[in-house]
Amino acid sequence: MHSSDSKNNQGDSRRDFLKKSSLITAVALTPTIALKAAEGQADERFAELFERIPLNLMVNNQTYQASVEPRVTLLDYLREELHLTGTKKGCDHGQCGACTVHVDGERVNSCLSLAVMNEGKKITTIEGLANGNELHPMQAAFIKHDGFQCGYCTPGQIMSAVACVNEGHTNSRSEISEYMSGNICRCGAYPNIVDAIVEVSKGGNKI
Amino acid sequence: MEKRILKDENDRVDGIFKVTGKAKYFAEYALPGLTYGVLVTSTITKGKITTLNTKAAEKAPGVMAVLSHLNKPSAPGYEQDGGSPLKIFYTDKIFYNGQPIAMVVANTFERATYAASLVEATYTKEQFNTDFDKAVADAKAKKLQGQPDYKRGVEDAYKTAEVKIEEKYHLPIETHNPMELHGMIADWRPNNQLTVYAKTQGVKATQGTIANVFKIPNENIRVNSEFVGGGFGMALRTWPVEIATIMASKYLGKPVKLMLTRMQMFTMVGNRPAAIQTIGLGAKKDGTLTGITHLAFGETSVYENFTEGVVNMAKFMYQCDNVNTQYTVVPVDLGVPIWMRGPGEATGAFALESAIDEMAHALDMDPLEFRIKNDPERDQQRNLPFSDKNIKEAYRIGAQKIGWNERKNKPGSLIEGQWKTGYGVSIGVFNANRGRASVKGILKADGSLVLQSATSDIGPGTGTGMTLIASKLMNIPADRITFELGDSSLPPAPSQGGSATLSTVGSAVNDVCVALKSTIAELAANANMDATSNFVEVLKKNNLPSVEMTKQSQAGKEREAYSMYSFSIHFVKVKVHGLTGVVKVDKIVSVGDSGTIISPKTARSQMVGGAVGGVGMALTEESVIDHRYGRYINNNFADYHVPVNADIPEIEVHFINKPDPYINPMGAKGMGEIALIGFSAAVANAVFNATGKRIRNLPITPDKILAST
Repeated sequence: MHSSDSKNNQGDSRRDFLKKSSLITAVALTPTIALKAAEGQADERFAELFERIPLNLMVNNQTYQASVEPRVTLLDYLREELHLTGTKKGCDHGQCGACTVHVDGERVNSCLSLAVMNEGKKITTIEGLANGNELHPMQAAFIKHDGFQCGYCTPGQIMSAVACVNEGHTNSRSEISEYMSGNICRCGAYPNIVDAIVEVSKGGNKI
Repeated sequence: MEKRILKDENDRVDGIFKVTGKAKYFAEYALPGLTYGVLVTSTITKGKITTLNTKAAEKAPGVMAVLSHLNKPSAPGYEQDGGSPLKIFYTDKIFYNGQPIAMVVANTFERATYAASLVEATYTKEQFNTDFDKAVADAKAKKLQGQPDYKRGVEDAYKTAEVKIEEKYHLPIETHNPMELHGMIADWRPNNQLTVYAKTQGVKATQGTIANVFKIPNENIRVNSEFVGGGFGMALRTWPVEIATIMASKYLGKPVKLMLTRMQMFTMVGNRPAAIQTIGLGAKKDGTLTGITHLAFGETSVYENFTEGVVNMAKFMYQCDNVNTQYTVVPVDLGVPIWMRGPGEATGAFALESAIDEMAHALDMDPLEFRIKNDPERDQQRNLPFSDKNIKEAYRIGAQKIGWNERKNKPGSLIEGQWKTGYGVSIGVFNANRGRASVKGILKADGSLVLQSATSDIGPGTGTGMTLIASKLMNIPADRITFELGDSSLPPAPSQGGSATLSTVGSAVNDVCVALKSTIAELAANANMDATSNFVEVLKKNNLPSVEMTKQSQAGKEREAYSMYSFSIHFVKVKVHGLTGVVKVDKIVSVGDSGTIISPKTARSQMVGGAVGGVGMALTEESVIDHRYGRYINNNFADYHVPVNADIPEIEVHFINKPDPYINPMGAKGMGEIALIGFSAAVANAVFNATGKRIRNLPITPDKILAST
């Protein structure tokens, strides 16, 4: 349950107050718009207007300007609003890693990050990893080493694997395993995932 | 779909989609006007809903409907008697804690989630029991026969044997927990036309269930399930929550998406049932088995019965003239279980293969030698020869690869500092099924081949295997072949379960390819071309853009003449820490004996995945219930421990790779189940070999090792 959704009446009254006060303010400032809005679900529309927060972020080198409810997670924003469904929902609790994306180059569980916390940040999702039709070396290595079966954890594994290499946590198979243990794979492709990372990390360059 | 380029024909045909995020799973179809369903669940375990206050939820922003037993749309199949699924929204009874009692539908996920928190229910409560052990021990508790009793020779012959053991084995509830959450998108249109995007192991089965519940023709229902994020058995049926989603779409006339939470994955989509098993074994001093008794209790629910093949293996896996089995199911106030990978056979194999190890120890024999000594030449249960069985060869390969000669038969012999090393072995076996399936083949003048069948791929690599079968037969490169699946409008195929897809659908692929080849040969003859001409030339010469045909394939009388099984041998090396009781799996060798290997890369991955699942079953997985309240207390990935990367050592996989001469045209048998069956016993046996401590109660957690004497 989202903490903002706690079941008490405080939220309701706050919301009702917001509806009323915003309606009054709006009527005072822009009577014509207010009159128009008064038809139908006026207070609903005002509430929506005032409960959303402007958001600017860059996803896969594309800028997005939006207004979102503060309770929307980065994960749900990516999947439901931007239709970037490569980022997966597996637990919503930061326990499985399926939702891993890069925020300013670092791996982050997007289910534990609200969209509005990412103002001005640079997000990379699995859709933004390849260079056009040319796969990222990690994507190619996952195919070569069969680092997946059902494929659902795969985008998160790959985003995490790229970060793992760039963090320099690839000095041994056991170090890779340790630093990849935040990404669960229920099909059990772990040894193959490690094989893929070992191959890509050879040479010690950032990727 | 963009063009696939396979660097290696053994690569997964859908790999490119999975690594780029383009593979679309059920929840990822952006239908216009999509709405979001969120479930409200019961907070009591047994009783009846007295009031359900949905007013606040209905008033909440963006809410379109709150569905419950008070206002559900008609599902005529639920109005009939018969069958015992949980008839969602057609009852005010509560059968278990966390049962869905209402669904809030709103225009965003967040709004639906918030509004669901506003629904208030009151109940009349009844006494309940969620404790399986207690139900089994309670003489007055309801108990049902799960399978007819089996007897060969003398009942309980072990009791009078020269050497005997009798032990009890416990398995907790395990939860499938595929990475993809369960759910559905349902889009009910006027004139009773329904499209669903489902997470299912069988699109035809889902279509059939929906048709039955809503009493609309199968043809009105299109089930799409191209990519499935794992199932492990939990997607082998259409669950009440899916029916609820369809009801909501029917009610609103809008597409509705439901995606369960991880917590709800523990209560709404089944589990591996808990089990208590007693094994009695008798043997002569020379190691000849003289009696096997396998008695099992399995968990089921009060509202719907679930049974599986817990005691199957004991009937044929070892040469023994006296065998008796009994399988009883005992209802508790929990959601109904469902098959989980390896299903009942994996439950049974833990007990039987642990007991075999215990008997070898009692005889002071190497457990491998003991197994080889009692390896049967024929299936004594069916009195038939095995179609294909290479267990002795599998033992030899596995023993060599794990370093079995390093093992000492006396437990606790290999100690290095605080770490004790042990080796364990076990066997897995599962019926080599083959069902009936149809495949359509379209051979095109551009040199490509399209194959279609309403089968599924929950991860094993169905499309890859089918493509390789066709590629070899037709001599067409794998990347010129497309295998379409996961769509109920394609030619029918059974659900993906019981390790049968490759055998069943692969046979139909084989048959359609053979038929296409003979059609091409006829067309070549008609055009006075050489019979061996390339099909592209033949089609062009005949002015045909393509030829297509559909073939149905099924098993024949060979199954009456031979006993058909897939086998696996698992070798495990563990290190057990003396002070903390921590078990580290150090090395795994699994050998598969399942006929011809069609797709070596995905086959290996399937065996690796089974071993990883087996490590979880053996060492970490247990769904824990607070029986005072009837609620799961570890219903999340932080507390329910599936193995993570760091838990898994090197895994070696070997295959016998010899065709089964009778099973199907490819000589290939399934391996999804055998990859896991028996594995947990290999770990338990290795722990015993390391420490002398026999843990008969899964999972083998450090506390149990420390407490054991």
